[in-house]
Amino acid sequence: MTNFVNSLGIILFATLVYATPLLYGALGSCFSEVSGVVNIGIEGMMTAGAFTGTVVAYFTGNPWIGFICGGLAGAFFGMLHAIATVKLGADQTIAGTAINMLGPGIVIMLAKVLFNSTDTIPLTASQKIPKLFAGLFDTTTVFGRFMDNVFANYASTYLVFVAVVIVWFVFYKTRFGLRLRACGEHPQACETLGIDVIKMRFLCVCISGFLAGLGGACVTMTISTQFRPISIVGQGFIAIAAVIFGKFRPHGALLGCLLFGFCSGLKVVLGGSSGINMHLVSMIPYVVTVLALILFVGKSRVPAASGKPYIKAK
Amino acid sequence: MTKKKHILDIIAENRFLHILLSILLGFLVGAIFLVVMGLSVGAAYGRLISSVTSLKGFSYVIVYSIPYIVVGLSVAFSFKTGVFNIGAEGQFVVGSMAACCVSILCANVPKPLLIPMCFLAAMLAGAVWGVIVGFLKTKWGINEVLSMIMFNWIAFYLSNFIAGLPAIKSEGTAEATKNVSVNASTLLSKDLINRLGLAPTANWGILVAIAMTVLVWFVIEKTTLGYELKAVGSNKFAAEYGGISVNRSILTALAISGALAGLGGALQLMGMGTRISIFSSQEGFGFAGIVVALIGCSNPFGVLVAGIFYGALMYGGSKLNLEGVPTQLISVIVGTVVFFIAISIIFENLKRIRARAARNAEAAAIKKAEGQKEDKKK
Repeated sequence: MTNFVNSLGIILFATLVYATPLLYGALGSCFSEVSGVVNIGIEGMMTAGAFTGTVVAYFTGNPWIGFICGGLAGAFFGMLHAIATVKLGADQTIAGTAINMLGPGIVIMLAKVLFNSTDTIPLTASQKIPKLFAGLFDTTTVFGRFMDNVFANYASTYLVFVAVVIVWFVFYKTRFGLRLRACGEHPQACETLGIDVIKMRFLCVCISGFLAGLGGACVTMTISTQFRPISIVGQGFIAIAAVIFGKFRPHGALLGCLLFGFCSGLKVVLGGSSGINMHLVSMIPYVVTVLALILFVGKSRVPAASGKPYIKAK
Repeated sequence: MTKKKHILDIIAENRFLHILLSILLGFLVGAIFLVVMGLSVGAAYGRLISSVTSLKGFSYVIVYSIPYIVVGLSVAFSFKTGVFNIGAEGQFVVGSMAACCVSILCANVPKPLLIPMCFLAAMLAGAVWGVIVGFLKTKWGINEVLSMIMFNWIAFYLSNFIAGLPAIKSEGTAEATKNVSVNASTLLSKDLINRLGLAPTANWGILVAIAMTVLVWFVIEKTTLGYELKAVGSNKFAAEYGGISVNRSILTALAISGALAGLGGALQLMGMGTRISIFSSQEGFGFAGIVVALIGCSNPFGVLVAGIFYGALMYGGSKLNLEGVPTQLISVIVGTVVFFIAISIIFENLKRIRARAARNAEAAAIKKAEGQKEDKKK
């Protein structure tokens, strides 16, 4: 029983750690996709955020300034994507591919210039994003240790859950959200109602980049304390997958990210203790995602106007 | 009445010009970065050019470009048929591993038999990987981009798992497979390589890549199958109405695309690589294939040239650190090239806008003339 509770605590901790950056990226992806712009550049935007967040935190000593700057770096690449796809009507997949090359390319080059290495210098404890409720629980008892694992978590994790609620509220309970969703379904109809589709989409893609940037920053500013070229390896794509999994809804994406995080947590516990092959265990999150799709989720409806550049009639 | 073509119209109609312009802009942006970092543009680009123009350098470029061309063809084929094969990475990995296993398990089979066996195994594995995704899509309506991303990672860990199996794992301490049997190697003979002064990994895989280029072009442009797949790619509803089975087309397209990516894996392994190591991160061949297909405008011959160009950048880029220039400069250049290719659509839009303006002006003139007539009547 003690073992089980301990393991469960570790699994839940790992779930949150894995899910947090994915969730930021997924919320970003939601904004972009729902407004009608495919954004496969999330990965590149996360890399930019991961680097910028760590570097700014390192030089200013303040994790929150770093965190926000990570978001802004993501937003910058979001803006590039928006200029290409929304303003100039470029193919969204091609532009996203370009972002995925430019983001890592530029930041790793900057790392070499600033630190003479592809890795940044590790952050000290005070430069990292702080943990909330650390030391609140008595870790000598089994229950306390469990609570400590689950609730004494990084502030960025708490923040992302708040963000999910906010995004859900914005999408479904505000006029802005209604317009945003309409832009992704029928931009022509929006335009006749006097909504500036171009402006809406531009804004949404920038927000998308900002959130992805935050996601990147919380990879390198929490568990890991430095940016390395392998800091962001596929999280952006998993975030996109989580959004498709969640049928392009923020609360659906939350479920997708948590499922993925949970399986990754399972991997940590199983990989450490049992005799099962590590590589097979690592496969679990991906296999489970596919199975969940077949069994529970099924067909995912893409926003009707997604992927199509919107060109004003006149 | 023949009007002289406006310069913008000429630019708008010529895709090749767009690509060329994008490449120039890519190098320009790269140069700006170099200047900002305080590095010599001449030294960096000079090294880039000098390292790929010697015979030995160029043979390296060709060796590098073989997998890029074939995976590029795979992605280009998928673009033509309306699927975005972001799963080429996984298909490449399983193809490579299939070829590796066949070559290790059948090491003593004579060369003329073993090489085709490896190719076939790789193509089969890649095709299966593609068809699984297609099946998920046609049977359960699961978004192919999502399942491809998952299957890329499943392939990654599957390859790592197989590399650790006793029959496949290297006898030493290396975290890798045994070496590929010499009977499965596509390397040119040592003698020839030394005599011509080529790269030590020079191999005849490029001939396969060229053959595949011609074959893909033939299938897309000259066969009923290619016609059907293209029809589904451009408008699946119209194609279905015309009596083409959309689901079967998607499966066929993914099988062919997957087989090509798998073959790319085999060519890379049997030429340049000697064994498969346990991966720590994705190799990125699938991603490179997407870039090559985009630069090559999804045209098979375009992909051939783009693959060699990409190979040149990759090989030349690996020599950049001799000048103290970060290798990532290449990512920035290629990223910029792809970015400008994406927005080169503005030329076409400009053309449309100009045409509309001309039409409007004409309409206004007619209206005006009619108005004058009415005035006269009054």
